[in-house]
Amino acid sequence: MPGLLDSPLSFSLLLLLAWLAIGLAGLVRPRSLEFAGRQLFIGGALVGLLLAITAVFSIAGPAESMVLPFGLPDLPMHVRRDALSSVFLFLLGSASVGISLFAAGYFRSGEGTLPGVLCLQYHLFLASMGFVLLADDAYAFMVAWETMALSSYFLVTTQHRIPEIRRAGFLYLLIAHVGALGILLAFGVLQGGSWQFTFDAMRAATLPPEWASAAFLLALFGFGAKAGLVPLHVWLPEAHPAAPSPVSALMSGVMLKTALYGVLRVTFDLIGEPVWWWGMVALGIGLFTAIYGVIFAAVQSDMKRLLAYSSIENIGIAFTGVGLSIVFFGVGMNALAALALVAVLYHALNHAFMKSLLFLGTGAVLHATGERNLGHLGGLIHRMPWVAWLTLVGVLAIAGLPPLNGFVSEWLLLQAFLYAHEVPKPFVNMLLPLGAALLVLAAALAGYVMVKFFGIIFLGQPREQALRDAHDAGWLERLGLLWLAGGCVALGLLPAQMVPMLAAVVDALGVNASGIRALRDSWWMLTSMPGRGVSYAPLAFLLAVAAAMLATVLIGRIFYRRRTRFADPWDCGYARTDARMQDTAEGFGQPIRHLFQPFFAMERELPTPFDAAPRYRVVVTDRLWRLLYLPIERIVQRIAAAVSGLQQGRIATYLLYSFVTLIVLLALVL
Amino acid sequence: MTALNWLGQFVEVLVALALAPLFLGWVNQCRAWLQNRSAPSLLQPYRGIHKLFHKDAVVASNASSLFRIAPYVVFGSMAAAAAMIPSLGTRLPFTSAADAIALVGLFAAARLFLSLAAMDVGTAFGTLGARREMMVGFLAEPALLMVIFVASLMTSTTALPLISERLMLQPLAIHASLLFTAVAFAMVMLAENARIPVDNPATHLELTMIHEAMLLEYSARHLALMEWAAALKLFNYACIGLALFVPWGLATGAEPLALGQAVIVLAIKLSVVGAGLALIETLSAKLRVFRAPEFLATAFLLAVLGQLTYLLQVAR
Repeated sequence: MPGLLDSPLSFSLLLLLAWLAIGLAGLVRPRSLEFAGRQLFIGGALVGLLLAITAVFSIAGPAESMVLPFGLPDLPMHVRRDALSSVFLFLLGSASVGISLFAAGYFRSGEGTLPGVLCLQYHLFLASMGFVLLADDAYAFMVAWETMALSSYFLVTTQHRIPEIRRAGFLYLLIAHVGALGILLAFGVLQGGSWQFTFDAMRAATLPPEWASAAFLLALFGFGAKAGLVPLHVWLPEAHPAAPSPVSALMSGVMLKTALYGVLRVTFDLIGEPVWWWGMVALGIGLFTAIYGVIFAAVQSDMKRLLAYSSIENIGIAFTGVGLSIVFFGVGMNALAALALVAVLYHALNHAFMKSLLFLGTGAVLHATGERNLGHLGGLIHRMPWVAWLTLVGVLAIAGLPPLNGFVSEWLLLQAFLYAHEVPKPFVNMLLPLGAALLVLAAALAGYVMVKFFGIIFLGQPREQALRDAHDAGWLERLGLLWLAGGCVALGLLPAQMVPMLAAVVDALGVNASGIRALRDSWWMLTSMPGRGVSYAPLAFLLAVAAAMLATVLIGRIFYRRRTRFADPWDCGYARTDARMQDTAEGFGQPIRHLFQPFFAMERELPTPFDAAPRYRVVVTDRLWRLLYLPIERIVQRIAAAVSGLQQGRIATYLLYSFVTLIVLLALVL
Repeated sequence: MTALNWLGQFVEVLVALALAPLFLGWVNQCRAWLQNRSAPSLLQPYRGIHKLFHKDAVVASNASSLFRIAPYVVFGSMAAAAAMIPSLGTRLPFTSAADAIALVGLFAAARLFLSLAAMDVGTAFGTLGARREMMVGFLAEPALLMVIFVASLMTSTTALPLISERLMLQPLAIHASLLFTAVAFAMVMLAENARIPVDNPATHLELTMIHEAMLLEYSARHLALMEWAAALKLFNYACIGLALFVPWGLATGAEPLALGQAVIVLAIKLSVVGAGLALIETLSAKLRVFRAPEFLATAFLLAVLGQLTYLLQVAR
């Protein structure tokens, strides 16, 4: 079918259908791990690869739309592919290649859901995320959005026999639906009295400013719930540890980005003319989320929970960029708005790769040791070199270190922040540069968190006997990790290739990025804005460090030629050291607990020197639970109790209710 | 001209590698004089490094290869940073490979590797040092970046060589904002280079050490590289400070004569900086570890103050 292949939109739809078909195929032999849990997942990875390739080649192409011949009567589904969809489809496709390959080697039999059902849920989840990105009317969007929420709910509760996991799943579902309500209301405002729910109608509608603001705030709330903006972040640290690792990777790496996509779509495309103070709102919430997330990540002792909080931090950074971009756009500084948006898109791509990589790394550790608690791990670099070294790539990337990818987006965002003092608003121009300082604080803390994460899991001495016979990941798992680590390196070393592509996306959103696209001096060097002479060349960076390393190695080999002996660790001469003398996860978090005390609700149990069986316990919890969620819960309970007064349990009462309702309605109509 | 440029670049790195231990020796000598002690020779750091290179390395049997790679990575990063900082000339090839933000990133990378290596053997001291080092690091980084921000506000660029060139062209005046940030920078420099009052390079007392605790398991050539890298780091920081606050005397080309002049100017400036460092270290006492955040928060606030001063000045 040449017509079908010519259009990237229909080909992408076909690929989403292929994912669905793969999912359904899992039901043919639902109990076969080899077929449903392995071969089909490899097929899914191939589809992801095709999707990523299609998306890359269609980014610069013109937007195209289509009306699908199904849906409700008189309400067909509209789909549209433009540059913004393409870049997120690329993210979905390319990250899913690595995750699906890893998943093909990951799932074991006898763990909760049947492999066939799991395969269906997994691929339905992938396809629905793809459809969210292609939907072009509110109806199709919400259907896809809800399918995404439900399929991921079932994936989170794969091991549904464990009560905590059921509870985590419920919390996730609850917040997902509170968020969905916000999105639905935002669409309701956006149609602007035309009662047309296609995105085209919304683009055409001109809203009065107060309604436009309402739509933006509703969308920020709705998508923020999915993305994990504070205070709607509470589901992340519960759901991610509960889900199987490939699912956590998908949710954190890809699903959170659909929320980012939604905010960008609504703000820059559907509303079209954002007001600058919306940006201040998004920026403030984003920065607070980033700091909050990273501080909590630093005190976690469950490795997947730590990564979940780190995802909250990264989403915060992305929303900071969105906010900055809106501020610039609102005051007419178009080129800078484009720079900030490019940074946001770059960060989204980066995070998809690095966070998936880290989650999959924890998955491999979890399978090898059965432990999620950092306090029982350690020294795994000897037993699991593949996982350890590939995870190290992700760790360095997410800590924002050059020459890997995490640094590139932070660099771009900081460059944009440098111009913030030129915003022609008093006070705002003084406040904004401080945002850069908070951003750097978050990034520097991320380094702390990652040293803790990697150092305690993979380095040091094993803290348990059982760790001594941990095994490395299988070849499919290694392949998946390798793909994602390769992505991190490539995105880090070749930013000059990526940035013009992302600039095209930003251009298509109506933010003029011609300034950035013209900046491509050479294929290996990234520059920020014209006239500043600022550049960053990761390849030269890497070469310089590598050359210096090589020179020192050679000098050592040629001139000195000394041997290496192995002996017991010295440790200042203390004779008896064991694994329990190393820092624990709690110990590593101690400076952060001390410095950022007001953020935490802490419960401590300190033993006295005379305890026969001393027990040290420290539990750090989120204050927001007590300050926000429990009061809401109490109010809901109270309302429910009041309403339950209506329930008499006698048939006569219910008949009376119906009768009264009837009378009231008649009175209204007549 | 390109060949000459590259030659100039090569010379710059060699000068940095050669001068760094000497600079450390100079600081130590000044400190000894100020404290009424007889000073070690100026060449003592070279002798130490040379001696260490001549020994067989002893590596803990449970160390992974990360432990053995780390010294090379840390040293390599510092050498690369020396190539990117305009210590002699502002137009050398590598100066465009990284701006000031990327330099901060490079220092962070070295710190991360050092901390990971310290955790690798799994001793109590190593992990303690790593934790403290990372704590100081995450507090110092924002302060350092704010310092750089002020300079880039004034010159509208984050590229260090351009900052220096543009500051050189400005009429000579005392900027209040630069004064604030210079103090902030000095504080960050002390903290990042494990000097008093945040850390003491001469101590091996477990309650106080940060940097030294991370190096305990290293010996021979690995230790030599680590110490050399530490000296280079101090040198690099000094050169960043000079490029930001007293850029006069840098070569704007790569002609041998100009570079030769720049070397002499650099030596003079560094001897002043070294004496200043020794004076600060003699006059202040070591802080408890948990006072270090307050110290760095002060640095951060000073940098912010510098920025606000500049913005108010522009707004007026």
